[in-house]
Amino acid sequence: MTAVTEREYEMVVGLEVHVQLKTRTKAFCSCSADFGAPPNTNVCPVCLALPGALPVLNHHAVELAVRAAIALECKVHETSVFARKNYFYPDLPKGYQISQYDKPLAEKGWLTIGELENKTPVRVGITRVHMEEDAGKSVHDRYNGVTAIDLNRAGVPLIEIVSEPDMRSSAEAGAYLRLIKQILSYAGVSDVSMEEGSLRVDANVSARLRGATKLGTKTEIKNVNSFSAVERALDSEFTRQVALLKSGGTVSQQTMLWDGARGETRPSRSKEESHDYRYFPEPDLPPLALDAEWIARVGREIPELPDARRKRLVDEYKITPPDAELLTSSAGFSEYFEAVARASLDPKGAVNWVMGEVSAAVNAAGVHLDEFAVRPADLAELLRMLRDDVVSHTAAKRIFARMVETGKPPVQVAAEEGLQKVDDDSALAGWIDEVLAENPSEAARYRAGETKLQGVLVGLVMKKSKGSADPKKVNQLLPERARGPS
Amino acid sequence: MKAQPARASAAAAKLLAGPLTECVACIREGAAIPADMVSASFDRADEVGAGKDALNIFISTDREGATESAKQLTAHLGRAEPLGNLAGVPVALKDNIATLGMPTTCGSRILEGYVSPYEATVVRRLRANGAVIVGKTNMDEFAMGSSTENSAYGPTRNPVDIRRVPGGSSGGSAAAVAAGIVRLALGSETGGSVRQPASFCGVVGVKPTYGRVSRYGLVAFGSSLDQVGVLGRTVEDASIGMEVISGCDPLDSTSADVPVPRYELEKNAGLKGLVIGKPREYFPDGLDPRIAQECERALDAYRELGATVRDVSLPHTSYSIPVYYIIAPAEASSNLARFDGVRYGLRVLSERGLNGMYEETRARGFGPEVTRRVLLGTYVLSAGYYDAYYKKAQAVRTLIAQDFRDVFASGVDVLFTPTTPTPAFELGAVKDAYEMYLSDIFTASANLAGVPAMSVPIGDAAGLPIGGQIIAPHFGESVMFRAAFGLERALAGNFVPGEQDA
Amino acid sequence: MAVTREDVVKVAKLANIAIDETRLDSLALELNAILGHMDELRKVDTARVQTAEGLGSGGQRLRADYGPPDGLASAPATFAPETRDGFVLVPRLATHEGSPERAP
Ligand SMILES: [Mg+2]
Ligand SMILES: [Zn+2]
Repeated sequence: MTAVTEREYEMVVGLEVHVQLKTRTKAFCSCSADFGAPPNTNVCPVCLALPGALPVLNHHAVELAVRAAIALECKVHETSVFARKNYFYPDLPKGYQISQYDKPLAEKGWLTIGELENKTPVRVGITRVHMEEDAGKSVHDRYNGVTAIDLNRAGVPLIEIVSEPDMRSSAEAGAYLRLIKQILSYAGVSDVSMEEGSLRVDANVSARLRGATKLGTKTEIKNVNSFSAVERALDSEFTRQVALLKSGGTVSQQTMLWDGARGETRPSRSKEESHDYRYFPEPDLPPLALDAEWIARVGREIPELPDARRKRLVDEYKITPPDAELLTSSAGFSEYFEAVARASLDPKGAVNWVMGEVSAAVNAAGVHLDEFAVRPADLAELLRMLRDDVVSHTAAKRIFARMVETGKPPVQVAAEEGLQKVDDDSALAGWIDEVLAENPSEAARYRAGETKLQGVLVGLVMKKSKGSADPKKVNQLLPERARGPS
Repeated sequence: MKAQPARASAAAAKLLAGPLTECVACIREGAAIPADMVSASFDRADEVGAGKDALNIFISTDREGATESAKQLTAHLGRAEPLGNLAGVPVALKDNIATLGMPTTCGSRILEGYVSPYEATVVRRLRANGAVIVGKTNMDEFAMGSSTENSAYGPTRNPVDIRRVPGGSSGGSAAAVAAGIVRLALGSETGGSVRQPASFCGVVGVKPTYGRVSRYGLVAFGSSLDQVGVLGRTVEDASIGMEVISGCDPLDSTSADVPVPRYELEKNAGLKGLVIGKPREYFPDGLDPRIAQECERALDAYRELGATVRDVSLPHTSYSIPVYYIIAPAEASSNLARFDGVRYGLRVLSERGLNGMYEETRARGFGPEVTRRVLLGTYVLSAGYYDAYYKKAQAVRTLIAQDFRDVFASGVDVLFTPTTPTPAFELGAVKDAYEMYLSDIFTASANLAGVPAMSVPIGDAAGLPIGGQIIAPHFGESVMFRAAFGLERALAGNFVPGEQDA
Repeated sequence: MAVTREDVVKVAKLANIAIDETRLDSLALELNAILGHMDELRKVDTARVQTAEGLGSGGQRLRADYGPPDGLASAPATFAPETRDGFVLVPRLATHEGSPERAP
């Protein structure tokens, strides 16, 4: 990616992030919030907006939203108010979205980016976190001349996280998004996957002369579907704005769509009917009243967040800060690591295996860590076998590969494949004799005192034993077997 | 099935005209058959000319379905669980209440032929108590109107005087009760749409406390004002209907978790010591003298029963109509956005793609009054006007509600007022929109404050029924019914409710 | 605050209702007449009124996160104006008029 080097102007970025909450049912009805059902089957009178149907709020959605807000250091209001955002769109069944407007769930949070990248920390303000419902899905390219509507997703609970315009580069925006994703994933609030649509980003960007205090006119970039696309879109749009300003033009406030294939933003073709959403308090829902004590309890029950976990891993397992950082990039990996480290009493080995073998195998299999065949207890057992010299390092890797395929425990794999370290003299002697017999010239030179051939011959024995021979023992036995039967 | 069904027995016809309790008792004892009650109801409809060419009371009827559910009730007789409090009672529903197996049109073209795939909570409760749904009644389109002239299916006429309107928007339900087709009907209220037609037709109409009755399945007009209400021939009938449909509903976030009292227990309660407030703002100088006179007679009756009548004031009353006609259209403009031709109901295609479809569907689907109110509501919510209209109206609404709280806190048990400023007017007589809105001048305040209120027949002006309104504090339905039972009893000698046409 | 013909056009656009040209002026008049009565409210001092949002101050009742939802007696395909393969169809959005049909 080409970084934008611009001396005169600086980029000002604020982000709006929509995150789907991890609930079983929708925000305002008891329909399943799962993806993948046939079109319009997870629907009911409420989310179809049939005449007369009414919304009832999901308690768990509130709890997850509060958890997210607290994890982002926000002040959660004891009273917040749902509002209707009115606009027509065929996948918005009621003709309004139930959202929150002037009395949102939570406000005034922050997070700090840059610490991980060893840069100057930047504190990014979180303006607000509010709850709302998702719309359905419009499929434009399935049938000729018509748009196909699927309302399975309509009414799924979301939070919208609005940042202050505190970011000054696309890299900072990227760092902010990665951190949000990390925090919300740790807090157990969401799956936060852009690919699966459980995290969506709209970026507001403007350009201003360096040193200026007033914000320039911003545009809103939509249709970005990965973090790197957000960064590229911001750079591209910033470049466009700067060119416009430098040529004496003005930026007009509008929505831009990111065209990833062309690598450019272009104005949204939707008619700019002045967006007048006619917000007003949702009369079907009384104000949301949350008890201060309950809010505090939800806060206390938030699972450990990445920052705290990094520090603890260094303290508790005596691993290096860079290792801790790598491990905590995902909640799942750090939890997996801890389970392995505790059961094996070998934190260093656990770091190496989790970040190496496990990470590679999970990526290759394309599965979630919790669906991964090798459970932490089994990996810990393998590490113990290594430590106790029951298997060689080579054998351990082969055993692990079989565990990934079969999900069997390491002891069983080792037995089935004959991969336990063999230190029984007669077996080793047999392999050594065979190697000596099969390689008569090397054997002769070795016997003649060419001791540097020791390594080659041991290697051949190891190979013959498929890695199960105990190399130490082979080294001991080799000279004596080469001399001939005693 | 075109053959003329057999005329119901005279016994069933007599039961249909009598108190609900008698009908239910006879059915429980097996002395009457639910299917005969259905026949009696349809026979009566024929007899009074309920059809499109005369009173035009129903948008749809379902004789077959009603007969079928009546037969199921009969099959239930003798089983362990007793039949409910409305066993075998024919009931009519306003056509904005979602009903399985019958169309739910809201009196609008945009929902012509729409059959709801789910059922309103109030209808489930009615059916669970043995009620038999005979038809869906005519109404002002989306309940916007005070005369039932704004229906896409033509106006309903007042059974008392066919040249006159039955009031609205629950005009069909009021007319069905007044004409003796059913003893009980459900209507809905946003600003007086049950009480005002009850008054015009000479029947009892009840609007419960906001939150007392589930709105789930009631097609929304003004969500913060809407309540399902009951129209009945007598206070007792209405009280039984209210008991059945009341109670907390997990499907309605605004329904209140407050126990439902047995309203019938108020039937013989005395009125001694009851303090009745007479708010001066509801008795203005220009009040129709015939109405003023009947109200004074009712107040005298109260005094004779041992109640005290006290002059009180609700100073913000005059702002009710302006406040109502900002808040209700604002909410309606949003509530009616779902009628977009996408998922159900009318769809009119246009050359202008999706937006053309929206605009043409809604232009053809909505009648003039609905269009006017949606535009009005959109305007008062739009950028730049929200504070001046909607926000201001909400603030004044708070003051109106405070008036009620103050007056009830001062020791007043219920308020008594006229229900309407005039008796039923002739079809077409009120042409100006705002003049029509003034029909709700005495009723809208109770919706704005969320308090329960009901209209009880108290007399007539040259044969045209006049209703008196009783307003009670939040969840004060019991004392409201006590006052209504007392008044009905006191006036029984010189005025027979619902018998003006006899 | 008189409602102009242009206001009616704008509001009708927001409300997505086609209004006949010939009706615009009369609608402006009608809305003005109604709103004229609303100006009465300006007389009321509401500076110190705490507006309660929605009725029922006890806060909203919440629902547990499990099903099943209130059922449908018939699937959307039985009441929607146009459906295919379970999808509800609408005329293609103006913003996607150029979208090609995806190869099957
Ligand atoms: Mg949003
Ligand atoms: Zn649903």
